[in-house]
This record gives sequence, structure tokens and C-alpha cells, in this order.
Amino acid sequence: MRHLISPLDFTTEELDRLFDLAASIEREPGRYAHVCEGRILATCFYEPSTRTRLSFESAMIRLGGRVLGFSDAGSSSAAKGESVADTIQVISCYADICAMRHPKEGAATVAAGKSRIPVINAGDGGHHHPTQTLTDLLTIRNLKGRLEHFTIGLCGDLKFGRTVHSLIHALVRYPGIRFLFISPEELRIPDYITEMLREKDIPFEEVIRLDDVLPQLDLLYMTRVQKERFFNEEDYVRLKDFYILTPEKMKLAREDMLVLHPLPRVNEIDVEVDHDPRAAYFRQAQYGVYVRMALIMTLLGLAD
Amino acid sequence: MLNVGKIEEGFVLDHIKAGKSLDLYDHLQLDKLDCTVAIIKNARSNKMGKKDILKVECDIDMLDLDILAFLDHNITVNVIKNGEIVAKKDLILPREIKNVIKCRNPRCITSIEQGLPHVFFLSDEQKEIYRCKYCEEKYSAPSK
Repeated sequence: MRHLISPLDFTTEELDRLFDLAASIEREPGRYAHVCEGRILATCFYEPSTRTRLSFESAMIRLGGRVLGFSDAGSSSAAKGESVADTIQVISCYADICAMRHPKEGAATVAAGKSRIPVINAGDGGHHHPTQTLTDLLTIRNLKGRLEHFTIGLCGDLKFGRTVHSLIHALVRYPGIRFLFISPEELRIPDYITEMLREKDIPFEEVIRLDDVLPQLDLLYMTRVQKERFFNEEDYVRLKDFYILTPEKMKLAREDMLVLHPLPRVNEIDVEVDHDPRAAYFRQAQYGVYVRMALIMTLLGLAD
Repeated sequence: MLNVGKIEEGFVLDHIKAGKSLDLYDHLQLDKLDCTVAIIKNARSNKMGKKDILKVECDIDMLDLDILAFLDHNITVNVIKNGEIVAKKDLILPREIKNVIKCRNPRCITSIEQGLPHVFFLSDEQKEIYRCKYCEEKYSAPSK
């Protein structure tokens, strides 16, 4: 039985098959509208995450399946002190597949060790969020037509942003990727990632200002710069505008550059940019549903 | 000077840091073995000043000593047969360590679920880095 706990659990060949299936679902949704009839997805969300939960639920419903679950720990037996291991053994009796979100790192690993049904990690603290990475990869593959040979700028909070870390780990498996890390000094990419890139001889640069590198980018992955990450208000005020994408900044970018964002955004992308055909973040959310549909089918053994 | 006799078959763990022999006794679960064990504390040592020694009389296949490679590289493991040292055992870092060290990451699931075993896997043999099986945080020894 397969689970999805880390973004690297699938080989690139397995990912290709998953993305081909997602593309097929996008082309012919009617063909897949009943493949999960009689199947149940449990969404076990120990912390609220409306978007991720709804994306999973939408995916299962679009496949003809049903969903049950809880959306915060307070409304589950976790509030009575039940362990993750016990919960998943009970959920295994009620559902055919489970998507689990938990504030603690490694919770999905614990669940997978005890589960009799496939477990999908829908986020475990600041650790992994593999379906976001799959969404990012599918978006790039579909809109760029490839997952290799491009320059990607990752902008904003690169220190704490788990989506950024997971995406980098996933992209280094493809040839010809160059990374440009755009962040304030306080939120630089962690050393263990730059060390890994050096070891693999993968080109990267770290810069402070987005404007300086925009013309070089094939892809721009934006993340939120949160005020509370800064040591003082002064630094935040001084730096925050460097990391806000505006229509003026978009003029510096290539005609075919794509802007991605894991969402939700606050103010780091001006709403005016939404009208730019290069803004791909809402299409990215749509791909999130397709890739979760393909993932549910794959883990339930219904992909062939 | 205290004299502890020879053993016929088993191991002599020498050059244990003084005062640490009882920790090793626990980690190797020697309490579960029905055999002769000598714990020698604070023995004189030219190299170390003071050291501990453990003598375990048992079948040499009975003990998994690899955990010693993680706990203390300097320990010498002498393999004894017929009362003589027949080999010095090379210690290999274990692939997995269970319930020897604890994950100290406050965000790890082990921080709230007390019943979970603390399991670490060897993620980099050359740099001797172990990571928690659950949160993958690198193990760092607590500062003393």
C-alpha cells in the first residue's frame, strides 16, 4: 500500500504518470466522474486549512466518491486525548483513503505506520506539504510544457516557507534548473539547502531586490513576507516593498514569465497583476484539484 | 588494586569514559541477559587517567554492539574466546536507533504523543548525522 508523506516519495517517472493522468482528467473530466463511486475519503484536519481541505473534498466528489471528516482538533477525539495512531486505525474502518493535516511534524508518518488505508499528508506543521508541491510541479509542467531547463525566482520568506523548501527539493531532480533566491537578509534560504545545491552543482544566486533579477526569470514563485518575522518594524517597512509584485515591476519581466503563489496572498501581489496573462496563481489552485484527483486514483489503485 | 578475573567467552569493552559504564549497561540491555557482567568504574588508565570497563561473559553473537559506535567512538571492543583476545571488533554506525536518544524538536509529533518510540535513522554516514524518523530534524546532543 502506498502513502504520500514527503514530496520525494514518488520517483520522477511516477510523477510523470501522475501528471499525465491529471492532464487527462483536465481534458475529459466526464470520463473520471464515477471512478471513485462507493469510495470514501476521510479528511482528518487537526488544524483548520479551508483551502487544502476543500481542494481534497472537491477532488473526491468530482471522482464520484464521498467525503467525511473533521476540520479542527477540537471537534475530534484528539480533544479527548486520542493518539494519531489510534485515530487512523479507527478511520481505516470508516474510509478508503485519508488526507491528514496536523500541526505537529511527522504526524502523517505516524499515521501511515498504523493505517490500513492510504494516507496523504495534507501538511504536517512546517515540515512537508507534498500535495502543494505536486500542484506547483503540475502547474509548471502544464503551463511551461516542461519541468527542466528554466530559471526560477523564489521570492519572499525563504527561511520559514515550507512550500519553497519542498519545491526546491522536488525541482533539483530535473536537469537545467537555476534558482534565484530573492529575500531580505532575515528571511534567507536556510544553509542546508544552499549546501545541498552546492553539493549537486546546481546554480543559484541570492539577491535582495526582486527588480534586479526579474528580467532573467522564466518563473516567479511568490510567497508572503510576514511582518512578525522581522526583528523590528523599521526593517519591515524598509523592505516590504521590495517583495510586492506590481504591474510596474511586471513590465521588467519576460513576456512568457509565469507568476505562481501557493495562496492565500495578503498584499504581496497587487490585485492589478491578476489581469496579467502571466499571473498563474488561480490556475494553480485549479491544478491543485486535478493533481489531487490523480493522486487519489493512484493511491486507490484506480489509475490504470 | 581490585582484581576482576578473566572471562572465557564474551566481550571486554575498554576505554569507556569514566562513569559511563552504567549508561552502556542500560543501552545494551545487559540486565536482560542471564550471564556474568563485571562493571569496573574509575579504573586507572595511562591514556585516559580514569576509565570504565565492562566485561560480559556471553555468546559473542548474543549482543548487538553497534549502538556503541553512536554512543562513544573511543570504546575498544575486545572479543574473547577461550580466555584470549581473538579480535578487536569494528563498530559500525547503526542504520536506526530506537529509544536511545530523544527528539528535541518542540514541533515534532513525539513532543505531544508520549507513547511513540523515539526513532532516528542514519541520514549521512560520513558526517554521522542522525535524523528523527518523524520530523527529520537533525539530532544534536543536549548541551551540558
